[in-house]
Amino acid sequence: MTVSDTRPPEAPDRPATPAAASRPGWQGAVRRWLRSTSTGSSTVSVLMTGVLLVVLFGAGSVRYENFGYPQVALNLLVDNAYLIVLAVGMTFVILTGGIDLSSGAVVALGTVMAASLLQAGWPAPLVIAAVLATGSLLGWLMGLAIHGLQLQPFIVTLAGMFLARGICFAISGPSIPIQDDLFTAVAINVVELPGGTFLSYGAVLALVVVALAAYVLHRTRFGRTVYAIGGSESSAALMGLAVGRTKVGVYVISGFCSALGGLLFSVYILSGWSLHGIGLELDAIAAVVIGGTLLVGGRGLVVGSLLGVLVLGTIKALIDFDGGLNSWWTKITIGVLLLVFVVLQRLTSRRAGTAS
Amino acid sequence: MTDTPAAARPRPATGLLDRARRSPVLWAVAALGVLLLFNAVANPGFFSLRIQDGHLFGNLVNVVKNVAPVLLIAVGMTLVIATRGIDLSVGAVLAISGSVAFTIVEGAADPSSGATAALAIGVAVAAGLVLGAWNGFLVSVVGIQPIIATLVLMTAGRGIAMLVTDGNIVTAENPVFDWLGGGFLLGLPVQVVITALVLLAVGVFTRRTALGVLIEAVGVNPAAARLAGVRARSITFTVYVFVALVAAVAGLMVTANVSAADANRAGLFIELDAILAVVIGGTSLAGGRYSLTGTVVGALILQTLTTTVLTMGLPDEYIRLFKAVVIIMVFLLQAPRVRAALRRRRRPGAAAPAGTAGSPATPGPVPPEPVRPPVPVPGTVPGRSAEQGVLR
Repeated sequence: MTVSDTRPPEAPDRPATPAAASRPGWQGAVRRWLRSTSTGSSTVSVLMTGVLLVVLFGAGSVRYENFGYPQVALNLLVDNAYLIVLAVGMTFVILTGGIDLSSGAVVALGTVMAASLLQAGWPAPLVIAAVLATGSLLGWLMGLAIHGLQLQPFIVTLAGMFLARGICFAISGPSIPIQDDLFTAVAINVVELPGGTFLSYGAVLALVVVALAAYVLHRTRFGRTVYAIGGSESSAALMGLAVGRTKVGVYVISGFCSALGGLLFSVYILSGWSLHGIGLELDAIAAVVIGGTLLVGGRGLVVGSLLGVLVLGTIKALIDFDGGLNSWWTKITIGVLLLVFVVLQRLTSRRAGTAS
Repeated sequence: MTDTPAAARPRPATGLLDRARRSPVLWAVAALGVLLLFNAVANPGFFSLRIQDGHLFGNLVNVVKNVAPVLLIAVGMTLVIATRGIDLSVGAVLAISGSVAFTIVEGAADPSSGATAALAIGVAVAAGLVLGAWNGFLVSVVGIQPIIATLVLMTAGRGIAMLVTDGNIVTAENPVFDWLGGGFLLGLPVQVVITALVLLAVGVFTRRTALGVLIEAVGVNPAAARLAGVRARSITFTVYVFVALVAAVAGLMVTANVSAADANRAGLFIELDAILAVVIGGTSLAGGRYSLTGTVVGALILQTLTTTVLTMGLPDEYIRLFKAVVIIMVFLLQAPRVRAALRRRRRPGAAAPAGTAGSPATPGPVPPEPVRPPVPVPGTVPGRSAEQGVLR
């Protein structure tokens, strides 16, 4: 609220607005509508990702005969639930201009902790609480180091990644199977949807997390501060916003989301292993970038990250359906896609920079 | 102003001491010293060296040999970080280089000939140069953030490497690669000699010419450097090409070590080790100041840690945890705020003798601060703090 309220109410002599708005036809209407939305140009990026997703999925449906079913689309959510949660946490961090490299390792820590504690006979709810608390604690410590000691997020979360993987290995090197009733029940049972389709509980939870995150980012003081810090940390501090609390909070959220992602992953795969989720943080970052969030912070939508994950999932599904392509094409395609989006980001932000 | 030359003379001594105390390299050296001391106590055989068939053997030699690929990459990474950049793709470049080389050797008509090896090495290094040019293009011409520009190649690079090897682990035998993997030159492992030569060359080129200063200028403020006539864009481009080049050479080393190119696992996480080595050595990720000595010490710390854990008979799994704890401690010691707090605690003792030694002739209210070399600047010294900030 502080961000938008302090702005003067739409100065009439802004040079760019009338020219763009007075453009005839549908383009002008679209531009006016985009300006009227509170998220502005972020909406364009998210729409682009959405179009890409539809095009990719449409291409798959045309090319492969079993691709165009609703359940295939829903499976994108089911198979990538943990990545969605991870990307949500990453979105918070990237919006402040930071980065969290520890999330993949925290996912592994979550699976290992869950598996080993369940093996030791702890009740499942207690295990879940313990895992979530550990992830949040790790995020809190990293946030404190980043804000309190003014270390770079990149390097702090890198150390956090080493620490989390180290703890994983110290707990257990080999993979541990999960046989707990609650975990297997969540893994096996599904939510029936009309039309004979279904979603897993994990996917539903992931969607809930996305909705919650969107609420927090756009309807709370904390969320506004996140955007303000990403825009300019010193300005945010000068405006009297709680920069420190918010920065630490963002890493706590990311740690919590990573731990939750770890739980979802352990439900998905029903085992705990210290080598789970290697490179997962990169997938999450890629999803956030493809979803239109600026890496310098300050601009982006959590819905975009959801779409970004789905784009990644569609590419994987396409390559699976083809059968003739090898799995390494996934990596190359994701890399190329990342490149395209980063260059686009760069071009659009450069244009915006010269215009203002 | 007349008494400044006399007063300035004792200043360098305290300045040097002060600088040494403030220098992050010192902390790294201290950490390495503690580690080695610990080894000397816990494992007396650690320092024993012996010469066999004219070659040097021993734990320390192993440390130095195993550190070679990481250190080689870390040297390139130091320059990249000095320009306020970072290169995450070195692991992928390493994998591509090894894959390319061994695929060529394996597919050649005469796999064990020297010409085959030369061709393989040439193509692998050329591949590294191309990849480096790609990164450099993205960062310096397109203007993408270094983390992200190199993330692209990091993600796609392993896919490319697997494309080259067709997803297999390529094994090949060639005397040149055997020599690169296990040979000796002047009694030292070949890899150590290569790394030392590269280090020496980089040191001479950057510290005996203006290149190092130019690199630092780009890191401090690219726009200002450009306005001052530094060709910031070409310098940025060049450091990315250079780091990819050394990564390609390191790829040849790593592949030669095991006589097999593994597109998936070769050089996995080596970018993190290299970055850690640079950061532990006191080079700030914010760019603008770098220390090659620090990088060497940082890389040695990482490798000594691993060797220590192994020689102590601890299980392999604890290496990561151990490493993480030590790294976190070094980071904390280097954090500006922690160092400031430590200095503040020491300041009352340290400041008093410096003040009395610096200005014995002026007991008045003049603070000992404005003592500086006699520069022909009119007036007093208003820009001291700003100037310090720039030089720092």
